[in-house]
Amino acid sequence: MSSERREYKWVGTRQIRPDGHDKVTGRAKFGSDFSLSGMIHGRVLRSPHAHALIKSIDTSKAEALPGVKAVITSKDFKDQPSELKPAGEGMVNYRDMTRNVMAREKVLYDGHAVAAVAATTVEIAESALKLIDVKYEVLPHVIDVDEAMKDGSPILDDKMIPIGYDTKNPTNIAKHVEFSLGDTDEGFAAADVVIERTYKTESVHQGYIEPHAVVASVSEDGQAQIWCCTQGQFMVRTFVGQLLGMPTSSIRVTPSEIGGGFGGKTVVYLEPLATLLSSKVGKPVKMIMTREEVFRASGPTSGGSMDFKIGATNEGKITAVTGTVRLLAGAFPGAPVAPACMCAVAPYDIPNVHIQGYDVLVNRPKVAAYRAPGAPISAFGAESIVDELAKELGMDPLKLRKLNAAKKGTKAAYGPTFRDIGYEETIDLAMDHDHYKAPLGPNQGRGVASGFWFNIGGESSATVNINEDGTAVVISGNPDIGGSRASLAMMAAEELGIEYSDVRPIIGDTAAIGYNFLTGGSRVTFATGLAVVEAAKDAVRQLCERAAKIWEVDADGVVWDDGHAKPASSNVGEFEPLSLAALAAQAAKTGGPICGHNAQNVQGAGPGFATHICDVEVDPETGNVSVLRYTAVQDVGRAIHPSYVEGQIQGGAVQGIGWALNEEYIYSSNGTLENTGFLDYRIPVASDMPMIEAVMVECPNDRHPYGVRGVGEVPLVPPLAAVANAVENATGVRMEALPISPPRLLAALDSSNIKQAAE
Amino acid sequence: MAKHHITATLNGEPVEFLCSTRQTLLDVLRDELNMTGSKEGCASGDCGACSVMVDDRLVCSCLVLGAECDNKKIESIEGMADGEKLHPLQTKFLEEAALQCGICTPGVLVAAKALLERNNNPTETEVRYWLAGNLCRCTGYDKIVRAVMNTAADMRENAK
Ligand code: FES
Ligand code: FES
Repeated sequence: MSSERREYKWVGTRQIRPDGHDKVTGRAKFGSDFSLSGMIHGRVLRSPHAHALIKSIDTSKAEALPGVKAVITSKDFKDQPSELKPAGEGMVNYRDMTRNVMAREKVLYDGHAVAAVAATTVEIAESALKLIDVKYEVLPHVIDVDEAMKDGSPILDDKMIPIGYDTKNPTNIAKHVEFSLGDTDEGFAAADVVIERTYKTESVHQGYIEPHAVVASVSEDGQAQIWCCTQGQFMVRTFVGQLLGMPTSSIRVTPSEIGGGFGGKTVVYLEPLATLLSSKVGKPVKMIMTREEVFRASGPTSGGSMDFKIGATNEGKITAVTGTVRLLAGAFPGAPVAPACMCAVAPYDIPNVHIQGYDVLVNRPKVAAYRAPGAPISAFGAESIVDELAKELGMDPLKLRKLNAAKKGTKAAYGPTFRDIGYEETIDLAMDHDHYKAPLGPNQGRGVASGFWFNIGGESSATVNINEDGTAVVISGNPDIGGSRASLAMMAAEELGIEYSDVRPIIGDTAAIGYNFLTGGSRVTFATGLAVVEAAKDAVRQLCERAAKIWEVDADGVVWDDGHAKPASSNVGEFEPLSLAALAAQAAKTGGPICGHNAQNVQGAGPGFATHICDVEVDPETGNVSVLRYTAVQDVGRAIHPSYVEGQIQGGAVQGIGWALNEEYIYSSNGTLENTGFLDYRIPVASDMPMIEAVMVECPNDRHPYGVRGVGEVPLVPPLAAVANAVENATGVRMEALPISPPRLLAALDSSNIKQAAE
Repeated sequence: MAKHHITATLNGEPVEFLCSTRQTLLDVLRDELNMTGSKEGCASGDCGACSVMVDDRLVCSCLVLGAECDNKKIESIEGMADGEKLHPLQTKFLEEAALQCGICTPGVLVAAKALLERNNNPTETEVRYWLAGNLCRCTGYDKIVRAVMNTAADMRENAK
């Protein structure tokens, strides 16, 4: 498939999104906006301990409270075998999943669900929680990833069998992975300069503004309907079916509008509980998390510590890199260690690389995906040490990156050889940008960093129905998290040759459309987009057949051009072109409804690269860092809707700035989470931020008809190091641990002043 | 406990409701009046997703009790468009893609409208500080701030 360079009518323009009016008027229904008649309300009892044995649970008093309709605990869930089963692109272990949605033998983190109640009102349900008597035996806990790897650390699961890691003793290390290229000993021997450093990042929450919410309704015949805010209705169906032992055909999941996810809504928390409660009571059950529950029991992404070693010649050619990345997984295995290792130095053409990673259990909520899972963490280490190397060599940090940039034909340490990629262009544009040349004032510094993310394809289905009046409906199966309906409709309009406003894109429930892997991996505009394009082509093929029938010629004698069927050549005959509307009007007479379909497991995602420039000013009195200017350059393949592509870049950059400067989980000495609200878990607010300039490089992905690459994830990869590198240039102090919050930076500035004074 | 009987106006229409003492205005709007345009992101006054106007004052409806609203004028996102006609801020947000997921959007729009009614020529800094209580995790604020400033410019132009 080649990406044609032709003039487009819709692709590349800035259309009003089809769901826009409902979202600016308050009409759009998000997770908690949905209600059913007869609905009752569910609440969850959560563990107050970081780590404890559950000795007993007595629910009798709660059950006796008037208005309480059902109480469930882990007893109500059948246990699941411990085995890795494929689910979408990854593997899941349902033994862990059932324990995460409802604690069984032990509670493993503060906030871990222990029981759930359904009652006629939220207030009664909350009162009932207080009447549930849980006897715990508190166990020692571990919160920090490095502590958890030490001998003698409290062990979360003494039955866990590590993958890729040999030990006879119980361990918190769930998995060890390794990626190698060349011979790093030789590489370091050839180096003139070798630098070794250790870095650390904190766990952060995805921070979507909409808490998790669900309404589940199970009828007497066992048919379940679930409405929820999720990144994947099919994922919810699979997981609920497995956890509750229900056949897939009995579960229908309708995704609501989704108020942000960023990876955090690729798992289930409330859905199996609400469904089970509803089946026990025979009434619809609504459950909504409070913000406190969101922080204590959902998300976050991993924090980690890592060692990097880099070697280079005096000319700046990187000869070898080694790295060890230790990521906390939370209470169950599944930290994104493999992608963290694979992405760390993927922007570079380095002959000798060895990177290993550890997936480590700690007494925190099980991590969920967060934009480019793993990559921002390892890139913080890798891009910080590349910056230190540039300093050591006295080289411009972008020139150093350009000298070592991966390009078409580069073999990445994680395996593949890159096809057409736009990484070098992102560096060139950054170097030429006036931001990079602008003067800086006192206490100000500029940092740069690059980033890589694979992007994915995956299972995708789409239907394009031609309506009798010549308009069209596009049905796909991925929740629209940031404008994907618009992109899908624009590609369909382009293929069909009709007005964008005549295409209505809708998102089907699990019974309305074939399977779609969830919204994640930056896949929707690429992979579901490809299915939509193919479904539109299928509709066009049928339209051409209808014209052939009317003209009594062979179908291959008809071509589709600008929304009309035309004879392929004068040899076919002289016919007036037939418009899509004209063909649609006669569809009944020419063979019936015209419906295009496509379903496939889409391959060929084009990787994304980005290079960011960040200016900061540091207040030496307070340690406060202000971001003054920010420019994010990214290879986007081709921007179907440039505004929403820019939006992805800007939003990702700001999340990264928050990760770098402020966001962290604060645990008490008992292992309970102390900052469970937005006041204390501080995400960036409008007054913290400058404008974020998004610069798009368009190096089309040759395996998509419009050249699309995923764009949503790579923008979160460079900012952590870009900010830290800028702070170093402003202060001379290298922050090797995030966040660079005022107290931490102040302490670092003070100790460097003391050191300087002593010297 | 007896419920409070409250009489108020909501988006210009008379409205009556019963609420318990602990129900917030946000609870009343969403659960009693079925006006789900105002969103709950935190219930603690930190996110601004629940922003409404009460007697021309911008408030977090999660921090106001329903029982406090007797004889008050309440305005929510549902009343922002004038019939079929969107408010210029709503139109600009659509044209400039100032929303991604859209969960913060009702609160941001209500807050931005309140700003423009006080100040039809805000600086970027003024917009950023005015909206500092409206969290958005998707957009990075860039397009929101621009859309508010561009709407103000249009409104000044149209007023000439
Ligand atoms: S819900 Fe009111 S401020 Fe967040
Ligand atoms: S658009 Fe999603 S939170 Fe603002």
